[in-house]
Amino acid sequence: MIKCIFRLAIVLLSGLFVQTGYGQSGNAVDIIGGTYIPLYGRDSSQVTVSDFAMDVYPVTHGEFLEFVIKYKKWQRSEVIELFADGNYLLDWKGDTILGDKISENAPVTNISWFSAKEYCSCQGKRLPTIDEWEYVAMASETKLDARQESTFNQYILDWYERPKQKNQEVGSTFKNYWGLYDIHGLVWEWTYDFNSVLISGESRKDVDNDSDLFCGSAAVGASDLMNYAAFMRYAIRGSVKANYAMRNLGFRCVKD
Amino acid sequence: MKTKSITKLLFAIPMLALISCGGGEKKSLKAKKHKVNPVTIEVKGEMDAELTAPPFVPASVGNRPAKKLNVNMEILEEVGEMTDGVKYVYWTFGGSVPGSFIRTRVGDEVEFHLKNHPDNKLPHNIDLHAVTGPGGGATSSFVAPGHETVFSFKVLNPGLYVYHCATAPVGMHIANGMYGLILVEPEGGLPKVDKEYYVMQGDFYTKGEHGKPGLQPFDMQKAVDEDADYVVFNGKVGALTGDNALTANVGETVRLFIGNGGPNLVSSFHVIGEIFDRVNVEGGSLVNEDVQTTLVPAGGAAIVEFKVDVPGTFILVDHSIFRAFNKGALGMLKVKGDDQKALYSGTIQEGIYNPEGGTIQEIPVAEKAVVKKGKLSKKEQIANGKQLYTQTCFACHQATGDGIPNAFPPLAKSDYLNADVNRAIDIVIHGKTGEITVNGKKYNSIMTKQSLNDAEIADVLTYVYNVWGNNKTVVTEKMVKARRSGGGH
Repeated sequence: MIKCIFRLAIVLLSGLFVQTGYGQSGNAVDIIGGTYIPLYGRDSSQVTVSDFAMDVYPVTHGEFLEFVIKYKKWQRSEVIELFADGNYLLDWKGDTILGDKISENAPVTNISWFSAKEYCSCQGKRLPTIDEWEYVAMASETKLDARQESTFNQYILDWYERPKQKNQEVGSTFKNYWGLYDIHGLVWEWTYDFNSVLISGESRKDVDNDSDLFCGSAAVGASDLMNYAAFMRYAIRGSVKANYAMRNLGFRCVKD
Repeated sequence: MKTKSITKLLFAIPMLALISCGGGEKKSLKAKKHKVNPVTIEVKGEMDAELTAPPFVPASVGNRPAKKLNVNMEILEEVGEMTDGVKYVYWTFGGSVPGSFIRTRVGDEVEFHLKNHPDNKLPHNIDLHAVTGPGGGATSSFVAPGHETVFSFKVLNPGLYVYHCATAPVGMHIANGMYGLILVEPEGGLPKVDKEYYVMQGDFYTKGEHGKPGLQPFDMQKAVDEDADYVVFNGKVGALTGDNALTANVGETVRLFIGNGGPNLVSSFHVIGEIFDRVNVEGGSLVNEDVQTTLVPAGGAAIVEFKVDVPGTFILVDHSIFRAFNKGALGMLKVKGDDQKALYSGTIQEGIYNPEGGTIQEIPVAEKAVVKKGKLSKKEQIANGKQLYTQTCFACHQATGDGIPNAFPPLAKSDYLNADVNRAIDIVIHGKTGEITVNGKKYNSIMTKQSLNDAEIADVLTYVYNVWGNNKTVVTEKMVKARRSGGGH
């Protein structure tokens, strides 16, 4: 059933593009929308994602530096605490100077949701929604939806499990089906509606909640690696607030 | 419908029973309550909790009053060594598995600061079984990397309690080492003992089999199947052995705070060569005495105490014994001091007990077969020999002379036997140890020296040489006598 919908979507949409598959415009790629069941969902909770264009790489320190030079109110000493906590750009040397050990091409982290959202909007873009992000995150190098593949899931879980992987440059992980780099294996990424997931942190309680996310069937019987990977992503989203700036959390933008 | 009404009826009966004796139950519960309502204990002053890594525990609360106790705990995700050559990414409370030991007393107001190191990838929280409140604190302690949460609770019930992380996926967080113990001492503290240690069991699930070298990721499927690759004390194989062994001196009383983080397995905790004088069953107030093995549930604990009366190395095990010897659940308590011969003699005598062939030894000449004496015909010799064979040789070499593969060599169609009759006689007289090759197969076991006289040896060998396709040699008493006096050895 889902497959049919996908095929239909691809057939319909491929007519609209001169190229088949994904097209490219600057540093973004076009993502052809579709319908899928999120990791946590049941058959009834299918999600439809419209077409959008997504940045190939997460935003880098170098790019973010240009942004704060241009928009002074987002510099470390100027930023309003309500919009960014004390960890904001913590590893930079100064307002407009990167830290010694920071590569310009490494993904920017220690940035808040507010600052990420502003960065995107200043470029005429926006942050991806959870549904959009999860949609492209299903893709391995060759498949649009590789969630059933154990090696793909193990790759994701390995990264989630391993601390202290910093200062890698963007593009250092694999290029996925859509042409996106670093969706998995580099940094966590902000989403526009990250806090729409009602997770209290007491996961066992959440299991009982009659919510879309932790419906009993997915949570209680969650024995698939893919569910575990999803739980970890939703846990991290549920743990943050919009002014948090975290060392492992970056972002990228999308455009309709 | 019918089933429903029956169920209703079934429910109704005990309900009635409950109502009728409700008053009595209340009374007995009240009698069990602590003398001082811990809720009303006032706190006097403030202090920072001493936290220790296993196997050590902080000093007892002694006579101190209830206080505001600040606990600062940092969550660290870091690579550690599971066993030689096998690395694992541990998630820890305080940098160790199990996490730091927290020691409180009834009535303490604990202000808990949970700090998630910025380098960590994941959010965490803490559920302390000593907490009376939603989630055991988990609902209030969810913390993202690079952040700190603070919550407080009053400890009401004395006992030894497990704490653990309860962030999704819970099993994975626990399986990676996120558990530890918090002790709530009664007013005045636990009775003083000479040595106290902190030991906590946990099961681990790795992609590679037990012992496969390299950095091993967590294996979710094995965890779901409860198929552990490692079952260990204090987070790794050998955390309590060799130089890391626990120590005590003869005559001292040892108290072990035993926890079990799980995530899956229940521990049958036992110390080989000791009997627990006292056990706080499940870490609670019930004390059992003279216990050999105590069950420690996953997510549970026990306090065991015993006086070490004799020196030696005492082995801590999960007596689900393959876990101890094949998966790592083994620790050591080394007790130093003078021998206490009256309590334990050590080995007084060492000897062989082997009803069916051990090392070279004499078998007492007891019930001997009555065999015909004097000069015998070959036929008579064979008849005698058969009888002797059945009594002496049969158990190992078998009725058919085929022996037992890999253990006892065959006599039937035996190249080794047929090649040298004198060698055969020598073996019966003196016994035989070491490797020999018979019919192309190697054997390396022991044949005892047989207590047979020369005539008997002649008869039994004649029997053996004249059955099962052997070369029909006749062995005489004279031949045996010659070997015994001069030849052979």
